[in-house]
Amino acid sequence: MEFMKDLFLFLRTRKKFWMLPLIVLLLLMTLLVILTSVSAIAPMIYSVF
Amino acid sequence: MRVLGISAYYHDSAAALVEDGEILAAAQEERFTRVRHDASFPRQALDEVLKQGGIQLKEVDAIAFYEKPFLKFERLLETYHGFAPKGVRSFSAAMPVWIKEKLHMRKMIRKQLPEAEGVQLLFPEHHLSHAASAFYPSPYKEAAILTVDGVGEWATTMIGVGIGSEIRVLKELHFPHSLGLLYSAFTQYLGFKVNSGEYKVMGLAPYGDPYDAQTVAFRDCILDQLIDIRPDGSFLLNMDYFDYATGLSMIRPARWKALFGMEPRAPEASLTLGHQQLAQAIQQVTSEVMLGLARCAHELTGKNKLVMAGGVALNCVSNASILRSGLFENIWVQPAAGDAGGALGAALAGYHIGLGGPRMVGSARAANAPVAASDKMKGAALGPSFTDLEIRTVLDREKANYHYYPNPAELTAQVAQLLADGKVVGWFQGRMEFGPRALGHRSILANPRVRDMKARVNEKIKARESFRPFAPSVLIESAGDYFDVGAAGQWNAGAGECAYMQFTLNHKKSAPALPAVVHVDGSARVQTVNKVDHPLFWQLINDFNALTGCPVLLNTSFNQRGEPVVCTPADAYEGLLSMEIDYIAIGSYVLERACQEQKRINALRTFEPD
Repeated sequence: MEFMKDLFLFLRTRKKFWMLPLIVLLLLMTLLVILTSVSAIAPMIYSVF
Repeated sequence: MRVLGISAYYHDSAAALVEDGEILAAAQEERFTRVRHDASFPRQALDEVLKQGGIQLKEVDAIAFYEKPFLKFERLLETYHGFAPKGVRSFSAAMPVWIKEKLHMRKMIRKQLPEAEGVQLLFPEHHLSHAASAFYPSPYKEAAILTVDGVGEWATTMIGVGIGSEIRVLKELHFPHSLGLLYSAFTQYLGFKVNSGEYKVMGLAPYGDPYDAQTVAFRDCILDQLIDIRPDGSFLLNMDYFDYATGLSMIRPARWKALFGMEPRAPEASLTLGHQQLAQAIQQVTSEVMLGLARCAHELTGKNKLVMAGGVALNCVSNASILRSGLFENIWVQPAAGDAGGALGAALAGYHIGLGGPRMVGSARAANAPVAASDKMKGAALGPSFTDLEIRTVLDREKANYHYYPNPAELTAQVAQLLADGKVVGWFQGRMEFGPRALGHRSILANPRVRDMKARVNEKIKARESFRPFAPSVLIESAGDYFDVGAAGQWNAGAGECAYMQFTLNHKKSAPALPAVVHVDGSARVQTVNKVDHPLFWQLINDFNALTGCPVLLNTSFNQRGEPVVCTPADAYEGLLSMEIDYIAIGSYVLERACQEQKRINALRTFEPD
């Protein structure tokens, strides 16, 4: 819940509600990746830095 | 009020602890895990800074993470959206990490630190963290602030002003237009590792002839094709040549080959004159951009002092060009200017901005101390230290042979004699430095007047490229005799000192030669050593001066290539056994390599090249 609240406040502050469907979609995709063991350390992708 | 700062999950994780605005401790995780540029959660560094501060985690008033994950995620989404359909591979690699973990940073921190339940979490912006790390510890009440790095959330460059305990952001440049990423692109093209080998490009540049036609052509090419520098100091990159926005590389190799007429250099391949000239060209352009940004900062703020941080602020050649321009009376650069320093900045921003803590400029000891000692960095000696008893326990466990010098004067006299005799000595004393530079606490020292010392330390001891320069540590009282320091107050970082090796100075032609520490272009990345921040190191150089008439030592970090700088006495002893150092001085103990058990003396260890 804390995450959803933070997310809502962020989108409202930044006036970026157009991102909401995309983020929801990506969150749903979490179900697919939740079983994978991905580290929080980013792969070597420079755009991620 | 106490604030714990954390940087993690990108590169150079670190932790820092601030109490009522005073920096109690700061350390980088790599020093403990022994993994270079370690990006994992800085649990060991965090435990160490709490130990140094003598407190438990639950006693902290706030924890500050050094950037805003949501804002960074916004940048990622907008970038992929803007470049679509390019970047599918990169998108699919990045998104699982973000959706599963990084977006939930609050939860992740809580999970890592269950003892901190109920402690307030703060998320200052990346460049605000850099700005805070530059301004709050500086000796200035008011200053212009310039932060330049690869990228934070959106910002790649920030100009602001600091007044008292307030920081105001005045201008930002946003991704993908980034001086740090431009420099990293050249780092990759020249065959070095991104986020690690940038300083090698800086060290390679002086081998190129700045006036050679090829260098001039390279420079023109960069300015015509890669970067558009505007009169107000801002700039735009031509993204046709870069792949980092959505790809898996910094550059588009075919286009760079067409532009510069060279294949990208393979890692570890031999360096040609063309590589040297190109390094020289990008260094010139970098300095030009930095000078433009500094000019803009001066015009916007009207301040006569400048503070800097961000990875590009580690470029001491560019820093020196700003210094020499005379735009500012004084410049102070955060010694941990990279992302590790973000942990410190986050803690300071958390205290002064998040919790509204007041700011006192200068430390109490400044009254009778050199002026630069009035910054709050304590000479950057913010890491762990070890008592003689702890050191002896380790040495006995290792069955090491050592001599004990309980009197510091005897210790410095003995080590000075060894250095005067041409020996190379590992110097492990007091608290470990915070930031990439060894400043006389975890250093390898040698006589700078010995002609072949540079090659010996580079190749035999540190196992690194022969072109890499070494820094001189000079007694502050003698700096002007050896280096072109300009008019008093003009060159310095706080009225008289280059305490953190953040500027290059030219070696005076009239001064005695220092072949091991003066670069091919006559410059040197000087550390002035003052008696307040580094009393034992100052005494050692002073003793060396008494023996040799030279108040300068070669000073390089105590590690071999690819290895983090040593942290503990055990790391240092391992270094003695595997590197061809003649002696090490750990606390009051001096150990000779030749006197250790022969069967324990190893060949150089293998680390992933940096």
